[in-house]
Amino acid sequence: MSENVLRLSDVTMQFGGVVAVNNLSLEVNKGEIVALIGPNGAGKTTAFNCITGVYEPTNGQVEYYDEVIVSNHPSGKMKKLYAGENGGKYTKVVSKTPDKITEYGIARTFQNIRLFGSQTVFENVLIAKHMRAKQNMLSATFMINHKEEMRMRRESMELLERQGMAHLANEKAVNLPYGIQRRLEIARALATDPKLLLLDEPAAGMNPQETQELTDFIRQIKDEHNLTVFMIEHHMDLVMKISDRIYVLDFGKQIAHGSPAEIQNNQSVIDAYLGVAEDA
Amino acid sequence: MNKTKKTIINFALLFSLILAVLILSITLKSSSMIFVVLKKGAIYALIAVSMNLLNGFTGLFSLGQAGFMLIGAYTYAIFTVPLEARIQVYQYFNGGIIHFTLPVIVALVLAGLAAAVFAFLIGLPVLRLKSDYLAIATLGFAEIIRAIFQWNTLGPITNGSNMLKMFPSFDSIIKDLAKDDGKHEFFKNLFVSAPWLENFLITILPILLSGVCIAIIVMLIKSSYGRAFKAIRDDEVAAEAMGINLARHKMMSFCTSAFFAGIGGAMLAMFQATIQASAFKSAMTYEILLIVVLGGIGSVTGSCIGAFLYIAASEWWLRGLDAGKFLGISAPGIFRNGFRLVVFSVVIMCVVLFWRKGIMGDKEFDIERIAGRFKSKKSKGEVSGNE
Repeated sequence: MSENVLRLSDVTMQFGGVVAVNNLSLEVNKGEIVALIGPNGAGKTTAFNCITGVYEPTNGQVEYYDEVIVSNHPSGKMKKLYAGENGGKYTKVVSKTPDKITEYGIARTFQNIRLFGSQTVFENVLIAKHMRAKQNMLSATFMINHKEEMRMRRESMELLERQGMAHLANEKAVNLPYGIQRRLEIARALATDPKLLLLDEPAAGMNPQETQELTDFIRQIKDEHNLTVFMIEHHMDLVMKISDRIYVLDFGKQIAHGSPAEIQNNQSVIDAYLGVAEDA
Repeated sequence: MNKTKKTIINFALLFSLILAVLILSITLKSSSMIFVVLKKGAIYALIAVSMNLLNGFTGLFSLGQAGFMLIGAYTYAIFTVPLEARIQVYQYFNGGIIHFTLPVIVALVLAGLAAAVFAFLIGLPVLRLKSDYLAIATLGFAEIIRAIFQWNTLGPITNGSNMLKMFPSFDSIIKDLAKDDGKHEFFKNLFVSAPWLENFLITILPILLSGVCIAIIVMLIKSSYGRAFKAIRDDEVAAEAMGINLARHKMMSFCTSAFFAGIGGAMLAMFQATIQASAFKSAMTYEILLIVVLGGIGSVTGSCIGAFLYIAASEWWLRGLDAGKFLGISAPGIFRNGFRLVVFSVVIMCVVLFWRKGIMGDKEFDIERIAGRFKSKKSKGEVSGNE
């Protein structure tokens, strides 16, 4: 039995009357690449946002290496409105801001690229080093601990070199081609020294060749950085090629779970994607 | 190699600036408007840069600058009024309740700290707000502060709505070097043999003070924290996902900005030699906002250039608009008190409509390009990228 990196238990996210994620439970083990798929609006990104602290789930619990990092139960007005399951199961409230979650070692990318546009490729990566730097505002301003700054710069450059982006270091992030921007976002996430990488549709908008390159890239960084990868993706060829296991969401609920081969032949998955004939 | 080159350029600029002031003070009469522009411009440059740190680099649209300046100015004045002058200054409050005097430098730092402490307290609730709401809240704070400082009950400390005066100003500090008490013979003789020296020192003192402060802000912007501020400006969500604690970093930026605005306010008090809370109206914040927008949001050198241009225009070039005669045209009916502000309003509208990026845009850090293209302009914004 391999080690649990991430465990979601009964995570429910309800916006008003809409249940975006309904009672989602899943596990990601160390060293795995796990994919979360589902039709548009199935609640995949919402699930990611619950893990990373952008949203506070209405109910449920997220554990990272067996430590509870997110936990909540319906309270206040939501107590009456709550439409999910297992409403009374959790009593603790653990709510952390996204930066704390990142500090634990969970890095993420975004579905719509969120680079720091006005800054260079190098600076984008350098910012991610800020969190773990041993410094305070005075020492940084007056360059008292200049070694630390030098270390941050060196490590960022090394990271860019490994990703084959060193020649772009002084390029503004907005001026990069789309595919490279995606890779930079992943590189930036890697700069926070994560153990778990959450990728939100890394191949969105990519052509087949770029997708193929991305597949190799994800494998490569996973081995290099000893990562566990949890990703949302729509490109089925990428998902099927790369994932160890797949979870399928539809209307917020998990409808299937298994290896790529199992998922490909799962009737409910096919129904969810293609629809069911009314009178079949 | 590049780094040493940049350092040399920066020192050369600083040196040429001092030299320029020196030449000016030798050649011109000390009553020339250019010295007012240089002194007040330097002070406004510092305040504009401190506002730019918040608005341009951290993306927090705050309009509390006048409030922080007021705190700084009052803190400085209250703690530096000489003991023997207190009974005269606080004539309605029996000489006030503070019976000690701090050295000028200590009072200056204290002015910054007092503003920063206020910023921290205000920041706790206010920094949760975004964009326009933050602007309204900080603007409201500045007005409240002004009202509180004019409150009669606080009179023994703040002198109520009366003027604070007789504290050390730039003029008096330099002039005291040559006091007529026998102990200051050296400077006295110096000033007699080189009469321009006095005016030179009075002019260069605020320039150097604000230069040091701006240099510190630039170093902060260049540091890891400055990068974090810019990340917050560009994309809060992404910055947070990169492990940047939004609340903490916004607070740091807010307090730092207030600290330097406080020092700027204290320097303004030193420049004017008298202060009154009623002068720190929201119009003052708008003046500084105008400088920041004119110079370029997110550009330190832009703010410096903007400050000198604005002060030169308002104190010197456009004076005639208020005084009845402008560019040789005498029209007291149109050019009367307040017309200058109309012109400034038109200028800011034109800038916002047609020239949104201001003089510098957000560029400046690429020193080579500026050295090539803006060489002449840059000598004014004495401190630019000193990486």
